Amino acid sequence: MKIIVCVKQVPARDFPLRLNDDASWIRESDLSYEMNEPDAYALEAALQLKEKHGGEVVVLSAGPPRVQQVIREALAKGADRAIHIECDLEPLLGTDRVARMMAEAIRREGFDVVLTGLQSEDLGLGQTGVILAELLNVPHATIIMEVQVEEQRLRVKQELEAGWFQWVEMSLPALLTIQSGINKLRYATLMGIKKAKTKELRRLTPAELEATAPVSGGTRQRLHRLYVPVRNKKTEFIEGGPQEAAARLVERLRTQARIL
Amino acid sequence: MAQQVVAITEQQGGKWHRMSWEALAAAQQIASELSRPVEAVVLGHDMERLAAEVAAKGVARVWSLDDPLLVPYTPDAFCLALEQFVAAQQPYLIVLPHTYQVRDFAPRLAAQLGSSLLSDCIGCRMEGGELIFTRQLFQGRMNADLSFEGPPPYFVSVQAGGFSADDVKKGDAPAPVERFAVRLEASQIRTHAQEPFQEAKRTVDLAQAEIIIAAGRGIKEQEHLALIQKLADALGGEVGGSRPICDNGWLPMERQIGSSGQTVAPKLYIGVGISGAIQHLVGMKGSRTVVAINKDPHAPIFEVADYGIVGNLFDVVPALIDEIGKARSG
Ligand SMILES: Cc1cc2nc3c(=O)[nH]c(=O)nc-3n(C[C@H](O)[C@H](O)[C@H](O)COP(=O)(O)OP(=O)(O)OC[C@H]3O[C@@H](n4cnc5c(N)ncnc54)[C@H](O)[C@@H]3O)c2cc1C
Ligand SMILES: Nc1ncnc2c1ncn2[C@@H]1O[C@H](COP(=O)(O)O)[C@@H](O)[C@H]1O
Repeated sequence: MKIIVCVKQVPARDFPLRLNDDASWIRESDLSYEMNEPDAYALEAALQLKEKHGGEVVVLSAGPPRVQQVIREALAKGADRAIHIECDLEPLLGTDRVARMMAEAIRREGFDVVLTGLQSEDLGLGQTGVILAELLNVPHATIIMEVQVEEQRLRVKQELEAGWFQWVEMSLPALLTIQSGINKLRYATLMGIKKAKTKELRRLTPAELEATAPVSGGTRQRLHRLYVPVRNKKTEFIEGGPQEAAARLVERLRTQARIL
Repeated sequence: MAQQVVAITEQQGGKWHRMSWEALAAAQQIASELSRPVEAVVLGHDMERLAAEVAAKGVARVWSLDDPLLVPYTPDAFCLALEQFVAAQQPYLIVLPHTYQVRDFAPRLAAQLGSSLLSDCIGCRMEGGELIFTRQLFQGRMNADLSFEGPPPYFVSVQAGGFSADDVKKGDAPAPVERFAVRLEASQIRTHAQEPFQEAKRTVDLAQAEIIIAAGRGIKEQEHLALIQKLADALGGEVGGSRPICDNGWLPMERQIGSSGQTVAPKLYIGVGISGAIQHLVGMKGSRTVVAINKDPHAPIFEVADYGIVGNLFDVVPALIDEIGKARSG
């Protein structure tokens, strides 16, 4: 079974975000990066499918050269080889162009299953996987919490709202978007990290990909402004050292909220 | 050429998804800013009563996309039906609720039509004759103002709570309900869904709890849950958690609060080391008193908190346990 897993590099969670000088994007020099969390689960799901059914796991990531960090991590964890679409991501809020390039790279590669995360932590579009399914003309299911393969069919557990689930079936090839928590993540071993250095990493450029997959002339989105949200709610921030703040909070809970 | 704003509603088995009304409120607001008519769509099968309910709202027309193959929901059938509808009607803007179902089909529908979906929008306004939409980036830590470029139709999905269902305007007289005939064949539907189910084995019902202490990724290690449990014990409350805590297996699923977990409304909710992503907030914002303890003063959780302590939870929580003890014995 040939599995392609789409892995995005996103700013690490615990870093403070600051705007750049013309407020057109965040200041990148401040940041450190990591693998988008649901994508780490998608990668693990891909590795487990390969272990069970045999085949190959190919990692795909689009972005500037720095995204090779997450590509190497994926290779170290056990992916067989990688494709890096080298392009800038920031102004591309309309997803379509990245998705088109990714779809073209995937089409050339061929596949049984494409796995993506359900959502990126930076843009939070929740769209790329579903758009890829359309561009690749394959069935899809989103927010998946378990994957079973029998013959040429997929049986997947889809998360619904408020703690409900359902099983969905479809034939291969297909695309799934994976939800965090579907499995237990593995760590890369020293051996894995060593081996990763010898694995194939193919670079593709937008020019190469768009030669056979034209950019859509359709509708796009334009970013006007990025800003720190203004808070509407009047939260009472309780000041003081820990003990002092705790005492004041308890006082408020007792007299104002009437809880204690 | 019609250039209406269309709200897509969501229902299952004759029961509305409550976010349908938020999408309709958004569509009405945008339509009035643009001086365009607003219409609504219901999709499913046998929906006379539902269609009539929407027709009582302030809409120019209700479109009923009625076909047995639209039940149960599948992305293929919904995309095909709505693609036919959009091609025939050429609406200017299509507004959807940002539900799991919409996440499942709307990106595909927009792509099919060569258009673009602005997902998870939290507000919109006119500015210099241009329609500007706002959405969150970086898990609610930044906002972005965006607009569409290129030819309509445009697609927007609105975040839970971004618009208020209470703002839906009623109509003066019931709007006409018109059936839009969709052409679907069973062979076009490539995914097959079985009956929805819930994971059994419930030992705790957080929805009934009066006091909930919710732990987030800020607690760092599983062993630190003991500290949260101690705080809960001091207050006589239950421990809940954000999704990553349950994903890690540190707490059972039934203690997860949020859109994919429990919806809770205790008298007191204390979020400890929780950032306040929208999927968590929808599950707890009905709480009467909300306290947030977080080291980041910009954490979105403070947007819904009555009381906030900015600080290291490993200093604040022990102090709090201590002060509660004093208050109880005093
Ligand atoms: C479809 C979908 C469904 C989802 N459903 C749910 C759901 O039902 N429930 C849910 O919770 N999430 C859900 N999520 C995930 C959600 O988007 C967030 O990723 C998640 O809520 C984040 O959890 P967190 O706040 O614990 O972690 P983080 O976002 O990582 O936040 C950790 C916080 O801890 C603070 N912190 C760190 N160290 C300390 C310290 N020492 N002292 C004080 N503060 C500290 C940080 O400042 C940060 O704000 C869902 C996501 C999707 C896409
Ligand atoms: N630049 C990218 N490179 C690789 N995968 C991506 C990229 N952008 C999005 N994806 C995939 O698409 C999913 C959804 O992203 P988004 O639509 O941005 O929320 C992510 O979880 C990734 O699996």
